[in-house]
Amino acid sequence: MSVLHALGRQVIKTVQGIGQATIMLAQAIIGKPQPRKSFPLLIRQLYVVGVQSMLIIIISGLFIGMVLGLQGYTILVDFGAEQALGPMVALSLLRELGPVVTALLFAGRAGSALTAEIGLMRATEQLSSLEMMAVDPLRRVVAPRFWAGVISMPLLALMFNAVGIYGGFMVGVEWLGVDDGAFWSVMQASVSWQDDIMNGVIKSLVFAVVVTWIALFKGYTATPTSPGISAATTQTVVYSSLAVLGLDFILTAIMFG
Amino acid sequence: MTTRTMELLVGIFAAAAIAAVLFLALQVANTSDTTRGDTYTLIAKFDNIGGLKVRSPVKVGGVVVGRVSAIRLEGEYYEPVVEMKISSRYNRFPETSTASVLTSGIIGEQYIGLEPGFIDEYVQILGDGGEVINTNSAMVLENLIGQFLFSQGDN
Repeated sequence: MSVLHALGRQVIKTVQGIGQATIMLAQAIIGKPQPRKSFPLLIRQLYVVGVQSMLIIIISGLFIGMVLGLQGYTILVDFGAEQALGPMVALSLLRELGPVVTALLFAGRAGSALTAEIGLMRATEQLSSLEMMAVDPLRRVVAPRFWAGVISMPLLALMFNAVGIYGGFMVGVEWLGVDDGAFWSVMQASVSWQDDIMNGVIKSLVFAVVVTWIALFKGYTATPTSPGISAATTQTVVYSSLAVLGLDFILTAIMFG
Repeated sequence: MTTRTMELLVGIFAAAAIAAVLFLALQVANTSDTTRGDTYTLIAKFDNIGGLKVRSPVKVGGVVVGRVSAIRLEGEYYEPVVEMKISSRYNRFPETSTASVLTSGIIGEQYIGLEPGFIDEYVQILGDGGEVINTNSAMVLENLIGQFLFSQGDN
């Protein structure tokens, strides 16, 4: 019986958590838009969430593209099909690696920071003082961070893709000597704007919502103690990574299955 | 950090994203497709289409003039019918033209090779929805081997 009790308690807790998270998000983003007040806040968060993640995304993209070029070449050259290097690099980046790796890096770089920041705001009662001043912390603190995350991640993923393809080009063409024209033309023949690039952007958008949402919720509901914030930050990274990888499978099955 | 510097950096961020989109659109994807713009439809019936897919290219002498837009089975005997969207720039294929399912390279993708036929006063030009009557089906390796063995058996 006690096992069933524990299971039931766990289920209720999980459902409650999902409900709370939905209510938090709805209260934060649904309401009369106040562009004059919220735009400067959004710019500030775009800087923190987007601009500051740019460097890690670009460098990782470059290296992942270069590794794809190198690994792809060593396999394809056995079949005399090194012209297929272009589409291999481009499609694996656009469809999978771009959105997924960006989301994982984003969860580690920006998601954890969001959780820690909001958790600390709660611990130091900044959120309560905002409420005391009749400022809704959900609208003032959570909403701009959410939109900044949702806007930045697809943009970061696009940069990741572009830089990664360039990395694959550098290794494949400039270093290993795949034909320049074939690399691009075979790539262009097999990459479609709608099916590959746009589906990648849609994936990235879904991941952006999920990762930012988890990060904000975990921060907002963190136990206001040092171990509490530390646990919340860890949970953000773990839950977002698992959610991203799981959702990626589902989205891939729907889009390319 | 002042608001102005922050705005500038966010602007750079957005510009980098736009540059990435442009790079992907112009250099990586096939937006300069001949099948963009006006197209018209031709159909062709084959016995076997092999590995032909929707979006496979239709080529005349190696030049892409269109793409396969639909593949389905039709009629009482379930004949594969391939629908092709051809760029309106190339709208003078006579009804004597031939469509074949060909393969680029040994392990390459399959495409439709369209060969314009002769024109005289009785031959009409194929319009929208016209059917290419002369078709050559895909070579299926197993059938080829079978034919080869069969012909060996006769001797």
